[in-house]
Amino acid sequence: MTTAMATDVNAAARRGSLKKSRRWALIWSYVFLAIFAGFFLLPPIYMFITSLKTSAEISAATNPWWVFNPTLDNYKALLTSKEFLIFFRNSTVVSVCVVIITMIVSILAAFSLARMKFWGSATLATGVFLTYLVPDTLLFIPLFKIFAWLHEVTDIQFINRWWMLIILYPTLTVPFCTWIMIGYFASIPKELDEAAIMDGASYMQVLTRIFIPVALPGIIAATIFAFTVSWAQFLYPLAFTTSTDQLMLPVGIVTTLIKGDVFNWGQIMTGALLGALPPLVIYAFLMDYYIAGLTAGATKG
Amino acid sequence: MPQGAAIASARGRRTGSSLSKAAKRRSTIAFLMALPLIVLITALVLYPAGYALHLSTLNKSMEEFVGFENFEYLFERETFWMVVWQSCIFAITAVIFKALIGFIVAHIVHNIPLKGQRKWRGMLLVPWVIPPAMSTLAWLWLFDSSYSAFNWLIEGVGGPRIPWLGETGWARFSIILVNVWYGAPFFMIMYLAALKSVPEQLYEAAAIDGAGWWQRMWFITLPMMRNIIAITVLFSTIVTFSNFDIVRVLTAGGPIDTTHVFATYAFKLGIEASDIPLGAAVSLFMFPLLALAAIVILRDVSRRGNQT
Repeated sequence: MTTAMATDVNAAARRGSLKKSRRWALIWSYVFLAIFAGFFLLPPIYMFITSLKTSAEISAATNPWWVFNPTLDNYKALLTSKEFLIFFRNSTVVSVCVVIITMIVSILAAFSLARMKFWGSATLATGVFLTYLVPDTLLFIPLFKIFAWLHEVTDIQFINRWWMLIILYPTLTVPFCTWIMIGYFASIPKELDEAAIMDGASYMQVLTRIFIPVALPGIIAATIFAFTVSWAQFLYPLAFTTSTDQLMLPVGIVTTLIKGDVFNWGQIMTGALLGALPPLVIYAFLMDYYIAGLTAGATKG
Repeated sequence: MPQGAAIASARGRRTGSSLSKAAKRRSTIAFLMALPLIVLITALVLYPAGYALHLSTLNKSMEEFVGFENFEYLFERETFWMVVWQSCIFAITAVIFKALIGFIVAHIVHNIPLKGQRKWRGMLLVPWVIPPAMSTLAWLWLFDSSYSAFNWLIEGVGGPRIPWLGETGWARFSIILVNVWYGAPFFMIMYLAALKSVPEQLYEAAAIDGAGWWQRMWFITLPMMRNIIAITVLFSTIVTFSNFDIVRVLTAGGPIDTTHVFATYAFKLGIEASDIPLGAAVSLFMFPLLALAAIVILRDVSRRGNQT
């Protein structure tokens, strides 16, 4: 009787300590998470803090982590600046066009590579993945020369024109989007399209009536990817455009604002924050699609 | 309908030839659908890559074939070897730290109750979402030589003033720090997805067998995540090795060219100094290392995939 009670008490104590140690583990987890989150969110938070400051406050070198006289002047100044609005328009038009081109090209190609197959289609699918690995930093110099040469031949000015980026950006977005769309399309049961073909549907109908609706989550993920990549692209516009009315938003902020006087940092941070806003808003609303697109590329590879 | 009937009867008469015709038509349509992709890749990726090779063998005015002279010129320059060294150190260190931090954070997020995971994951991925050129501006301001917010804190507790971007050692450290900050969330998201796909029964079985935390990590978690670790390390090595945005915005190669990586050095020579062949020669150095990394890791993945 006494031994039984002793083991009982013992077990209870052990269970209690287990619970306790698990609670401590949880507390430590939250402590570390808070530290990491602090590190990860520090730059955007600091952008926001600085964007609310006047140049006078910044130059006075008071506590940089606190705003003593918050003001929205930086936002007003940028949102009414013609230059900044042009950057914004350029970036928006280019990104939207690139998304449309990317989705058309990659959905057609993915459908063909995942389902219809032709001579060399398997090689092409692997090739698409490998082109995704070719970085933009390897291509910008030959591309620069190619477009300079095209200018001589066709007499159309390509260099220093913002719309030429619409031709260039798809090279960065199409391979990855095709790759993840192949994955999504391949997961659709074959019976579905075979039945439709039996009923006399054309391939185009199979694609638009069955594949696109069924793979819609994948399409949204790919669209988000294409948009964020073209919005964030920095090297191509930096290399190919120079006039202030031809710049994309990230390049415009870095090159035109940073050259001003030293205490222009309030505006620079405001510009950076506004430039980061579209991807952040999309991310905030479509986080699950964003993450699905991010992980799909690797897990299917 | 009569049309359909006609086709059906025609099919009935010559089944063999019409079947092969249908297959042919099918593959023609398939090819046409993939054609935009083929054209795009050929014209704007494959051709420029090959053209870079050709460009690197020309002289500065691009009128004369000079063979390997550009490369010989680069090999004689101390700056070039510094770029090679810096690119390797930068990529290796940054990828190791990104993978480590991503791994740790993924485990911590995986450990907390499921309810809160979404919220934390959402917050921790923010660095990856912001365009790197924009977030690097914030770092540039945090590292500012006279108004650094970090130095304000460090000096507040009596520390020295740190020349974050003004001194080679510190500048290299800062670049790696920013790169780790930007890339670690990507690893975190990948590892978190991989952790979720490890069957819970494996851990339960291990716990019954009395396996400790290290044993579970070593014999279950790591083997199960091997492929995803390999593929993320491959991606990240390539992206980090060819990084441009962060170095360009943060230091633009300075102080005195000591923080250049291949991409920024190629930009400086090819675009800013308008010596396109020399820039092309520099950018070509990214290719063999990337190809090597791709081959090694992809082969590793397929071999291990075959074993299990």
